[in-house]
Amino acid sequence: MFGNLTLDAFKHDPIEAAAGYSIFLSMILAVALITYFKRWTWLWKEWLTSLDPKRIGVMYIVVALIMLFKGLSDALMIRAQQAFSVGDAWGYLSASHFQQVFTAHGTTMIFFVGMGIVFGMMNLILPLQIGARDVAYPFLNSIGFWLFASGSAYIIISLIVGKFSATGWVAYPPLSGLRYSPNEGVDYWIWSVQIAGIGSLLSGINFLVTIFKMRCPGMTLMKMPVFAWSALGTLALIIFAFPILTATLGMLSLDRLLGMHFFTPDFGGNQMMYVNLIWAWGHPEVYILILPAFGIYSQVVSTFSQKRLFSYESMVWAIIGITFLSFIVWLHHFFTMGAGANVNAFFGIMTMLIAVPTGVKIFNWLFTMVRGRVHFTTPMLWFLGFVVIFSVGGMAGVLMSIAPVDFQVHNSLFLIAHFHSMIIGGVVFGFFAGFTYWFPKIMGFKLNERLGRYAFWCWLIGFLAAFLPLYILGFMGATRRLDHYEAATGWQPLFLVAAVGVGIISLGLGLQILQLIVSIKERKKNTDTTGDPWNGRTLEWSTTSPPPVYNFAVIPTVQTRDPFWEMKQTGASPQQKPKYQDIIMPKNSPLGVLIGGFSFILGFALVWHILWLGVIGLLGILTCFIVRLSEEETEYCIPASAVAKIEAKASKRKK
Amino acid sequence: MQAKMKSRWKVASSIALFLGAVVAGLVFLFNSDIAVLNPKGWVGMQQRELIIIAMSLMLLIVLPVLILTFVFAWKYRASNTKATYAPDWDRNHLAEILWWAVPLVIIAVLSVITWKSCHELDPFKPLNSHAKPLKIQVVALDWKWLFIYPEQNIATLNFVQFPEETPIDFEITSDAPMNSFWIPQLGGQVFAMSGMRTKLQLIANETGNFRGCSANISGQGFSGMTFTAHASSPDEFATWVSAVKQASQSLNLGMYTRLAEPSSYNPVAQYSGVEEGLFDWIVMKYMMPSHK
Repeated sequence: MFGNLTLDAFKHDPIEAAAGYSIFLSMILAVALITYFKRWTWLWKEWLTSLDPKRIGVMYIVVALIMLFKGLSDALMIRAQQAFSVGDAWGYLSASHFQQVFTAHGTTMIFFVGMGIVFGMMNLILPLQIGARDVAYPFLNSIGFWLFASGSAYIIISLIVGKFSATGWVAYPPLSGLRYSPNEGVDYWIWSVQIAGIGSLLSGINFLVTIFKMRCPGMTLMKMPVFAWSALGTLALIIFAFPILTATLGMLSLDRLLGMHFFTPDFGGNQMMYVNLIWAWGHPEVYILILPAFGIYSQVVSTFSQKRLFSYESMVWAIIGITFLSFIVWLHHFFTMGAGANVNAFFGIMTMLIAVPTGVKIFNWLFTMVRGRVHFTTPMLWFLGFVVIFSVGGMAGVLMSIAPVDFQVHNSLFLIAHFHSMIIGGVVFGFFAGFTYWFPKIMGFKLNERLGRYAFWCWLIGFLAAFLPLYILGFMGATRRLDHYEAATGWQPLFLVAAVGVGIISLGLGLQILQLIVSIKERKKNTDTTGDPWNGRTLEWSTTSPPPVYNFAVIPTVQTRDPFWEMKQTGASPQQKPKYQDIIMPKNSPLGVLIGGFSFILGFALVWHILWLGVIGLLGILTCFIVRLSEEETEYCIPASAVAKIEAKASKRKK
Repeated sequence: MQAKMKSRWKVASSIALFLGAVVAGLVFLFNSDIAVLNPKGWVGMQQRELIIIAMSLMLLIVLPVLILTFVFAWKYRASNTKATYAPDWDRNHLAEILWWAVPLVIIAVLSVITWKSCHELDPFKPLNSHAKPLKIQVVALDWKWLFIYPEQNIATLNFVQFPEETPIDFEITSDAPMNSFWIPQLGGQVFAMSGMRTKLQLIANETGNFRGCSANISGQGFSGMTFTAHASSPDEFATWVSAVKQASQSLNLGMYTRLAEPSSYNPVAQYSGVEEGLFDWIVMKYMMPSHK
C-alpha cells in the first residue's frame, strides 16, 4: 500500500528527531497563527495564487531566506562536529547523519538559496527596470515558482520522513547508485533537484522572452540597465545548462528505479560520464548565480557614487564573454580523473581566461567611484566587502585552474574556501546589497541602516574567520566532508576558529532578522514617499514605492541608459496630465500552486515507490493543464478611470 | 593640521600592522608543518613552485585592486566636496585598454606555465630517475586501502612502504565507490574508480612517514580511509619486504572477497602472497554482466 514507506521511516536518532520535530512544530505554529489572524483568504488571494511578478518575487525571497536559515544551521552542525570530533572523541553526529547534513547544506544553498535569490531578484526588478508591466508568461512564472517551492519541501520533509542523501550535493555514482545507496536518501535528492530544476528552466524561458520582447519603446539592448544584461547572460545559461541537469538526473533515476546502468560500471555504464554531465551543468550554474550579483553591484555602485557606470560597453562584453566561456571549463572540476595533459591544459587555460572579463568588471566598478560622490550606505559596504573577498577567492580559483596545482588541493578545504569566497562574497553579499537597495521600492519603506551595518560587519568578520583557516587547512592536507580526523594532524585549532566564524555569521543573520522586524515596526518613520529614495538612475525608481500592480500607468519611452537620472537632470517632469488607457492584466490562478502540489506528490511517490500516489500526482498535473488550456478569461481590465484614481492617490502621497 | 597628522599616523600604523601580520602569516605558513608547502618529494616540490609563481603573478593585479578600492572609496566619499565630481565621466580608452591587456598578458604567461606543467607533471608520465621504478598497485575498498606489490608478491592494508629516491609507479583502481588517492607531502592526487585503471607517479626525496587519505566521499567509513606512506632506505625496504613475506596470511581470492566487504578504521595488515593477477581481475570484473 505505501511502497517502501514503513513506520521505520519515522524513527530517527535524537538529534535528527529534534530537528524534525522543531520544523513540524513551527509549521503547526505557522498554520495556527494564520488561522488565528484569519489570514487564509488573504494569503490565498493576494499571494499564493498571484501572477504578479512582484508578489512571486517576494515569495521566492521568503523561501530563499527560510532555506538560508536552514542551510546555515547545517553549516553550524558541520563545523561543530569537526571542531570536536578529533582523535578519541567522536563528536555528536554519526557518520551517516553528518553526511546527510553536508549534502543537505550544499543542495539547500545552491538550489534553494542561490536560485531562489536569482529568480526572486529578477521577478522583483527586471520588469520594472525594462519598463514593462508584467513578464511574458505570467502563468509559467507561477508554475516555475511553485515547482521551486515544492523542490525545497523535500529537503524539509526528509527531516521528518526517512533520510536525506549522504553522497554530497553532486551525488557521484556509483556511490549514489542502488548498490551503495539503496535507501530513499538519494531519491529525495534527485526529485528535489529535478523538480526545482524544471521550475528553473521554465522561469528561465519566461524571463528570456520578457527581456527580448517586453522592453519599453526606445530601450535597445545596449540601453538596458546592466542588471538586465547580467540577467540575460544568466537566462541564456539556464536555458542551455538545465536540460543537461534534467537529463542526467533522469538517467540516474532510471538507474535507481529500473535497475539500469547508465552510470554504474557494470553492463558498460560509465561513472565518468555522470561526472562530466553533472559539471557540464554545474559549472554554468555557478555563473548563473554570480552574474545577477554582478548586475546588482553595477546598479549599486553607480547609484551610490551618483555617477554613470564606467564603460558600459566593456561591462556588457565582459558579461557576454563570461557567459560564453563558462560553457567550456567544466572539466576543471575533475582534473584528477586522469584525462590527458592536453585536455587538462586546455580546460585550465579556458578557466583562467574567465579571470580577464571578471577583472575588467572589477576595474570598471572601481572607476565608477572615481570622480563620483560615494555614499557609504549598507549596499555599498556589501560591495566593498565583495571586492576584497572575491579578489582573494578569484586568485585561489586561477591557482586551481593550473591542473598540477589542482592535484594538490582538489577536494581539500582549500577548494571549499575558494568557492565559498565566490558564493558568499559574490552571490550572497550581492543579494544583500540588492535586497537593501530595492527593499524600499518593493515594500515602500527603507530598512534600518544601523542594524544593516552591524549585520554586514558580522558577515565580513565571520566570513574571514570561517574561511581563511580553511585555505590553510587545505594546504595541510585536510579534505572536505570529514566527520573525524586524527589528533596528530594538528588541524583542530583551525577548525575551532572556523566554527567560531560560522557562529559570527549566524549572529549576522540574526541581526538581519532583527533588522527586518525593527524596520517593519518603524515603517512609518522610514516610508519612502518619493519612489526614489537613493536618487536612482533607472526606470524602477520612476514609479511609486511600492509600484502599482501595473508598474507604470503610462509605459515610459527612453532615449538613454540612465533614463530616470537624465529626466531628473533635464528637469523634464512626466506629462502633467497623462492620458491613461485601459490596462489589461492577468487574473490570479490557483493552478500554479496546484501543479506545484501535485508535482510534490508525484516526486514523493517516486521516492517511496507508491504507485497509486504517483498516478494521483500525474493525473493532477495533467488535469491542471487541461483546465488552464480550456480557460477563456485569463485576463482582466483595469479601466482608465480606475488607473487615474490610483495615480491621483499616489501623487497626493508624494506631496 | 594636527588632527590631519594624527589621522595620517593612524593610517600608516594600521597599514604597517597589516603588512606585519601578512609577513608573520607567511613565515608561519612556510615554517610550520603544512604538507603542501613543505613537500618531501620532487612532484610536490614542483607543485609548490607553481603555487608560488602563480600567486606572485596574480598579486601583481590583485594587490593594486585592493589598494585602489579603498583609496577610491575614501577619496571620493560624498563628504569630501573638494574631490572632482564628474557624473557623466564614463570613458577613458587608455585605462580600458590597460585593464583588458595587462590581465590578458598575465593570463597568457600563466597559460604557458599551465601547458608546460600539465605535460611535465602528468600523473601518467614516468619520472626521470636513475633508479628503477617500483610498481605498487592500489585498490580503494570500502573503506580501506589495499596495496599490492606485484614484483615482490606481497600486499599490505592501510600502510605502504617504499624506498626513498625511487620513483613509485602507482596503478590505481577501486572496488568501491569513487575515491581519490592522495599523499599531500609527496604530490597531487588522482581518482580511484571501479573498472578503471589510473596512474600516479610519485617519489620521496627523503625518508619519513607521510599521511595518505582519500579525498573523495565514498560512504560511511570515508573519514577513516587514511594510511601511512613510509619512505625508508632501500636496505630497510628490502628487510621489510622479507619480513612481510613471513606474514601468516596470504591474499587469495577468498581472502580478498572477505576483505572487500565494507568495514572501517581497519588496522594495518600484511599479506605474504597475492593471488596472481588479482589487480587485473578487480579491474576486469566490472566488465562482466554477471557482477552483483
